[in-house]
Amino acid sequence: MSKTKRVIPGFRLTMGFSLVYLSLIVLIPLSALVIKSGGMGLDKFLSIVLNARTLHGYLVSFGAAFIAAIINSIFGVILAWVLVRYDFPFKRFIDGIIDLPFALPTAVAGISLTTLYSENGWIGKILYSFGIKSSFSILGIVIALTFIGIPFVVRTIQPVLEDLDGQYEEAAAMLGASRLRTFCKVIFPEISAPLLTGFGLAFARGVGEYGSVVFIAGNLPMKTEIAPLLIMSRLEQYDYSGATAIALVMLGASFLILFVINGIQLYNSKLKQI
Amino acid sequence: MKKTSMNRSENKFLKYGLIGISIFFLILMLIIPLISIISEALAKGFGVYIKAISDGYTLKAMNLTLIATLIATIMNTIFGICVAWTITKFKFRGKNLLGTLIDLPFAISPVIAGLIFVLTFGKGSFLENILVQNNIKIVFAIPGIILATIFVTFPFVAREIIPLMNAQGTDEEEAAAMMGANGFNIFRKITLPNIKWGLIYGVILCAARAMGEFGAVSVVSGHIRGKTNTLPLHIEILYNEYQFSAAFAVASILVIIAVIVLILRNIVEWKTKKEV
Repeated sequence: MSKTKRVIPGFRLTMGFSLVYLSLIVLIPLSALVIKSGGMGLDKFLSIVLNARTLHGYLVSFGAAFIAAIINSIFGVILAWVLVRYDFPFKRFIDGIIDLPFALPTAVAGISLTTLYSENGWIGKILYSFGIKSSFSILGIVIALTFIGIPFVVRTIQPVLEDLDGQYEEAAAMLGASRLRTFCKVIFPEISAPLLTGFGLAFARGVGEYGSVVFIAGNLPMKTEIAPLLIMSRLEQYDYSGATAIALVMLGASFLILFVINGIQLYNSKLKQI
Repeated sequence: MKKTSMNRSENKFLKYGLIGISIFFLILMLIIPLISIISEALAKGFGVYIKAISDGYTLKAMNLTLIATLIATIMNTIFGICVAWTITKFKFRGKNLLGTLIDLPFAISPVIAGLIFVLTFGKGSFLENILVQNNIKIVFAIPGIILATIFVTFPFVAREIIPLMNAQGTDEEEAAAMMGANGFNIFRKITLPNIKWGLIYGVILCAARAMGEFGAVSVVSGHIRGKTNTLPLHIEILYNEYQFSAAFAVASILVIIAVIVLILRNIVEWKTKKEV
């Protein structure tokens, strides 16, 4: 630490309060999770985590979240592009409503999507007539996770596109590059880093999501049961160690996703500096 | 903007195609669900709607939701200001670590957020004896709900104001301090005017999220009607009892709050852009 006297007052007070509060609300409760699983023994831990129903739950949560994050990446780039580059009626409104999934409680989103996509729902009616089962299925889970993930990619790419210098595009166009080629070679490299961040945030959010999914999923064991629900049902049976083991693996996986993405980001920025 | 130079080679077909795709996607994914909530809520008439939202259990759930939201928002606002002050106005080791730890609750599933409080204060925890002896109930009671709500909304205020205070630097505060102003006055007169809108938005976001939290609260609540039920949990119970109109009626209250949040967000964004 620096030996020079701090001019601005309040360091001890604000730092002290921040650390105490952080410990009480976040760090101590989180450590309870680690302590609990530490007292469990490896055999028991593995038997819970490697149980077929648990593994299937992981597969559903991670798989559906991955697909939803891909869908959101594609539409996120298109939406950000349209909002930054074009002018059209109701643009302010469209821009404003993108954050709805952040503001709308997950349970409300859940019952609304379930009603819409069930057999008698406005959209479900159409899909079911084509034989597409849009609720109580994996597709339903993907729909719900797509809904809650919409803002992540749009909001990470939008500011980057806004700051993008038009010169390079113009130069590329003057040198005879097609629009598609310009996009792939000039614009895409600029937005690939925020795209990855947005993808990672949407993916991590989707893996842990509960409220919006639990209604539309139908929760059939070995079919549409998501990992957070497995934790929930273990808790309802007062099987705290079971819930902890499943949670620990999920937590580890989420941190790994964010860590890998941060790593790629860091590597990329270092590459650019050279 | 740079529009004149940019759109020279832009294909009209591509432009309207992309706008079309965007609008179709948003109508399908956001606007139809929003309309459906209102339509379902009013499906059995206005009388049923009024009855559902003025029902005794609904009012009790609303009361608990408001208490939890108020406490979580106040606590997280105080924390947000303190931690932002520490991070942006001083140099110290471990600053990046502190910044990462603030964001931790974002990366944690709501269900796991509830679970950690059950493990900390529930049966079999190291605190169990002390809590039982003093007759304190945290899990499956109101304190647990408040704690879980604080946890899931933990980073919101800090996240909004840290970038603003960072951009502002420390020169003005240093000058004021050297002229003898105390910390509270420096914050109130110099820092606050610059971060006002960001702070307001962070507080609104925190409150909105606190009101709507479902997963974490669901784990710690114990689902006791009229006692430990918040509005989102009440919606779940009504829905599972096939009282769809009542469930959507209660949901519509939260929709109105969500729409207000969105409008405020846009106002705040517009104000900050204007001031820059």
